Amino acid sequence: MSSSDRDGIKNILIVALSVCLVCSIIVSGAAVALKPAQAANKALDRKENILRAAGMLPDGAIVDAQGRSVDELFSHFEVHAVELSTGEFTDAVDPATYEPLKAAKDPKSSRPLSDEEDIATLKRLERYSVVYLIHGESGIDRIVLPVRGYGLWGTLYGYLALDGDGETIRGLAFYENKETPGLGGEVTNPNWRALWPGVDAFDDDGMPAVQLVKTRSPEGSVAASHEVDALSGATLTTRGVQNLIRFWTGEHGFGPFLKSLKEAA
Amino acid sequence: MATQKEVLLDPVFNNNPIALQVLGICSALAVTVSMTTTLVMAAAVTAVTALSNLSIALIRNRIPTNIRIIVQMTIIASLVIVVDEVLQAYAFDISKKLSVFVGLIITNCIVMGRAEAFAMQNGPWLSFLDGVGNGLGYSTILVLVALIREPLGAGTLMGFEILPKVTDGGWYQTNGLLLLAPSAFFIIGGLIWAIRAWKPAQVERAEYKIAPNVQYRGAL
Repeated sequence: MSSSDRDGIKNILIVALSVCLVCSIIVSGAAVALKPAQAANKALDRKENILRAAGMLPDGAIVDAQGRSVDELFSHFEVHAVELSTGEFTDAVDPATYEPLKAAKDPKSSRPLSDEEDIATLKRLERYSVVYLIHGESGIDRIVLPVRGYGLWGTLYGYLALDGDGETIRGLAFYENKETPGLGGEVTNPNWRALWPGVDAFDDDGMPAVQLVKTRSPEGSVAASHEVDALSGATLTTRGVQNLIRFWTGEHGFGPFLKSLKEAA
Repeated sequence: MATQKEVLLDPVFNNNPIALQVLGICSALAVTVSMTTTLVMAAAVTAVTALSNLSIALIRNRIPTNIRIIVQMTIIASLVIVVDEVLQAYAFDISKKLSVFVGLIITNCIVMGRAEAFAMQNGPWLSFLDGVGNGLGYSTILVLVALIREPLGAGTLMGFEILPKVTDGGWYQTNGLLLLAPSAFFIIGGLIWAIRAWKPAQVERAEYKIAPNVQYRGAL
């Protein structure tokens, strides 16, 4: 091919179009063919995250101390869809396939949050969410709730686990964050996460009370029971975590649901 | 005309993309904290470099000069997306750890550099070998860096404990610096020094010479 042919407008168009066509076929082919395997990985990952938040699966392990697999452990959970505004269980959506995050983007299944409501900067809130419950001998033993909220660079996604009383925090695990590694990114640090179990999520009036602080109140005081150490060097991430916990335990989040559980117990 | 063996093996030590050309440093700093992620990243970069060289060499006589960089980028970007999809499907945990760095292979200067400098002028087979060779050169340095960083930084290799840590009742006090990106700078610098001491031909000619300080003599 002579160089004038090669640099002619006709050849430029032919090469550009055919390269784009071939590349797009390869990329979309790979995306479609690998989708089932990726979806299976994501589902397994979600179960692992829920178990980690509930303290049932050690960090970095794929089996618990008794050697039970993720699927086996997860089978203890009962999955329910909950209408956030009323706190009632609902059959409107199938909890096994329902995705709250997708629903939050769809105007039909979500509502915009006003500035006063939206302390965790979610923009839109889904109508239904999903909760994971474990029943023990005396009623509900553990509650795991999906939570999310804006930190410094992006939204943090995680699960908050509560005891059966719906008040005492059992654990908090974020599975996705964009925070600064080493500072805000320490939200995934096991040492920091170990501070969460035992924290009381509500004050005496039933309002969300979790507080991330630089200096802890004296041991044994009421204030200390709501406090967790802030992350050093990560003021905005810390504020984001506090806001998202307060939002999701509050009246627009899972507050009504937790209240109705308490009344039922 | 370079022989096949030269094309394949030269980039490993004689013309190493990281140590001699000092390209692809960004990902070398980021992924070498653990050996597992390093090996996966090295394999991904090798695959992309080899396949992009091959496909660009196949159509090199048709690629118009004016849009050659765009054509190269399109091919490289597509290959990187495919590699990313494959990792997400078969190595989910590692692909989570590598996160953006797989995507950033697109901008890895080694891939682009070999496409432009070699694949545009050579046949498909030689270009493929050149891609594999440069991938191997990149991998060699990354593996050496990870071999220092993971054991000394975390006391493990491929996730298995080899130096019992003080925190777990052993004797080894882990060095936190080695878990941070700057440590890879020091190690890569050390490797470049070692390679140039071994092969003095790689030492660059100094651009200037520091003149002796004579001012104080004048003052006296």
